[in-house]
Amino acid sequence: MSEIFGIPTQALFGQLLIGLINGSFYALLSLGLAVIFGLLNIINFAHGAQYMMGAFCAWFLLNKLGLGYGWALLITPPVVGASGIVIERLMLSRLYKLDHLYGFLLTFGLALILQGLFRQEFGSSGLPYPIPNALQGGQNLGFMFLPNYRAWVVVASLTVCIATWFLIEKTRLGAYLRAATENPQLVQAFGINVPRMIMLTYGFGVALAALAGVMAAPIYSVNPLMGENLIIVVFAVVVIGGMGSIMGSIVTGFMLGLVEGLTKVFYPEASNTVIFVIMAIVLMIRPAGLFGAQK
Amino acid sequence: MNWKRSFYAAAVFALATSPTYAQISDGVIKIGVMNDQSGTYADLAGPGSVVAARMAVEDFGAAKKGMKVEVVVADHQNKPEVGSSIARQWYDVDKVDAIVDVPTSSVALAVNQITREKNKVLIVSTGATVDLTGKSCSPNTIHWTYDTWSLANGTGNAVVKNGGDSWFFLTADYAFGHSLEQQTEAVVLKNGGKVMGKVRHPFPSSDMSSFLLQAQTSKAKIIGLANAGADTINAIKQGAEFGIVKSGQQFAGLLVFLTDVHSLGLNVAQGLLLTESFYWDLNDQTRAFSKRFAKLHKGAMPTMGQVGVYSGVLHYLKAIEALKSDQGDKVVAKMKELPTDDAVFGKGWVRQDGRKIHNMYLFEVKKPAESKGAWDYYKLRGTIPAEQAFRPEKEGGCSLVK
Repeated sequence: MSEIFGIPTQALFGQLLIGLINGSFYALLSLGLAVIFGLLNIINFAHGAQYMMGAFCAWFLLNKLGLGYGWALLITPPVVGASGIVIERLMLSRLYKLDHLYGFLLTFGLALILQGLFRQEFGSSGLPYPIPNALQGGQNLGFMFLPNYRAWVVVASLTVCIATWFLIEKTRLGAYLRAATENPQLVQAFGINVPRMIMLTYGFGVALAALAGVMAAPIYSVNPLMGENLIIVVFAVVVIGGMGSIMGSIVTGFMLGLVEGLTKVFYPEASNTVIFVIMAIVLMIRPAGLFGAQK
Repeated sequence: MNWKRSFYAAAVFALATSPTYAQISDGVIKIGVMNDQSGTYADLAGPGSVVAARMAVEDFGAAKKGMKVEVVVADHQNKPEVGSSIARQWYDVDKVDAIVDVPTSSVALAVNQITREKNKVLIVSTGATVDLTGKSCSPNTIHWTYDTWSLANGTGNAVVKNGGDSWFFLTADYAFGHSLEQQTEAVVLKNGGKVMGKVRHPFPSSDMSSFLLQAQTSKAKIIGLANAGADTINAIKQGAEFGIVKSGQQFAGLLVFLTDVHSLGLNVAQGLLLTESFYWDLNDQTRAFSKRFAKLHKGAMPTMGQVGVYSGVLHYLKAIEALKSDQGDKVVAKMKELPTDDAVFGKGWVRQDGRKIHNMYLFEVKKPAESKGAWDYYKLRGTIPAEQAFRPEKEGGCSLVK
């Protein structure tokens, strides 16, 4: 068997594939963050908590209402997105004129409160959520065993990412949105309801986090702290990709998943710091991020 | 990341002071439960340990005996520096006489040192490192419930004897994981098994798939999980997904608590072998105790760490009653002198090196069809008698053993 740096190539392929799977979560979460930041100028620190709420919503649907994974995919994003809209209307909308820092502090506080409430109610070791029957089992690819569910996660995440990018960068609606953030008064003068559009955008960003939460539920246990652990990494992804850049966050998400996967093979102890090392280097060379516009 | 604040909650159980206990400093016996109140280890110890400590005070009958006992609580956030500063504050300012529980080995070792300096009492229940009764042993500390040696000995021996003779370790990269891996490796090698490889993962780690794939490539029969809490849960859950068990490899959970199995669900956890010193469904006494506990703790059955707090506090109060003093080293000496007896561990004793001795049990997690409902999770596979359950006193290198 051929080897690269003492690692059999087959094992290496497997690790790359796993990196890609983790990358899909990074991409999906950082996409929501990038949409919200790009269009609202809000650093949404509650994103991790909203991702966690998505997973809990799926758990509720299954255990209290008997609705399975497919329903959870359909119902959860609008429900959690609606909770985001409430937050936007009641709180965030008052902060748009202020510095980024206020939005950051508000959402950070919200994240702590949400996590605290869920932990109080459900404890910290997490709740089980089974992999849906249709996606159980897996394929033997020769170099590794690929669980069907993980394959589905990669495909679904890629599809959602590309659809979102298309919606914002290539459609008329997206053009309105982008224009509204550049110059809200002018867009409003054309008869477009800008506050409502911004409200729906926040709701959409939150719904993306919730969708990621539903997809994560069968893989990681449904745990009040699941977002807390992930959100910092996802922020690093957004910063590396360039704050607010949609394509940047998608590409960086998948790319960093791969880099992290490789680190887990060659030096596992560093696997949770490697992303921050990359972030530091990128910030030194390109302060606006890999895909961000230099200002 | 932790943004928690340590907090204090106090409960006074008895108000009368009696001249009989004039030797008790400031007239109150204050017991501090220190553990992780809200993070990774909160379910297996956390608030449940506080419930257990209060049950011990009640069962001891402190009020009737005219002793004033108070229980206070703090969150050490699994950080040694936080634990140390709480311990100093407690001993110096708040007049706490004993600290109990202390999960997270690195924190337990730090508090162990301070307790000795201040001549107070430390009863470790959920902390695991065997060094507490070895090179770090102290005349002020008792290690109550289990340790890395007894876990390794229980599960390691049983697995190798059942034919699991080649191992791959998945180890949490800190003091506890290293200690557990080292102890288990020794057991495996002693029984003629071999270790095919190991990987040390960051603590905590939510995605284990990459490490599992490495374990799969190693072709070892057994994947030993030298980690705890959410890390163990994720490894087992994701292992099921990657077909680890179906392809013929098996997990050995080296430290698994009842609450972990509850979180995993029997579908995923079935067949897992594990070692514990307590299970609620062992006998009439443990069942009665656990039902009382569950009523006070949101219906959850106690873990071995939580009942260890109960048992330790009860014995501590008995020693003070016999001694009529609360001076740290003297109380611990008395605790070593008196035999232990309670509803959760039955009869036992405390060794000179500070090791509390009782039976350990090897359990297998039931199949979903065998379980009668929530918390009915374990089948007893074997009892490791008290005399063999812990590291022989002579091998630990504790300076208190002559």
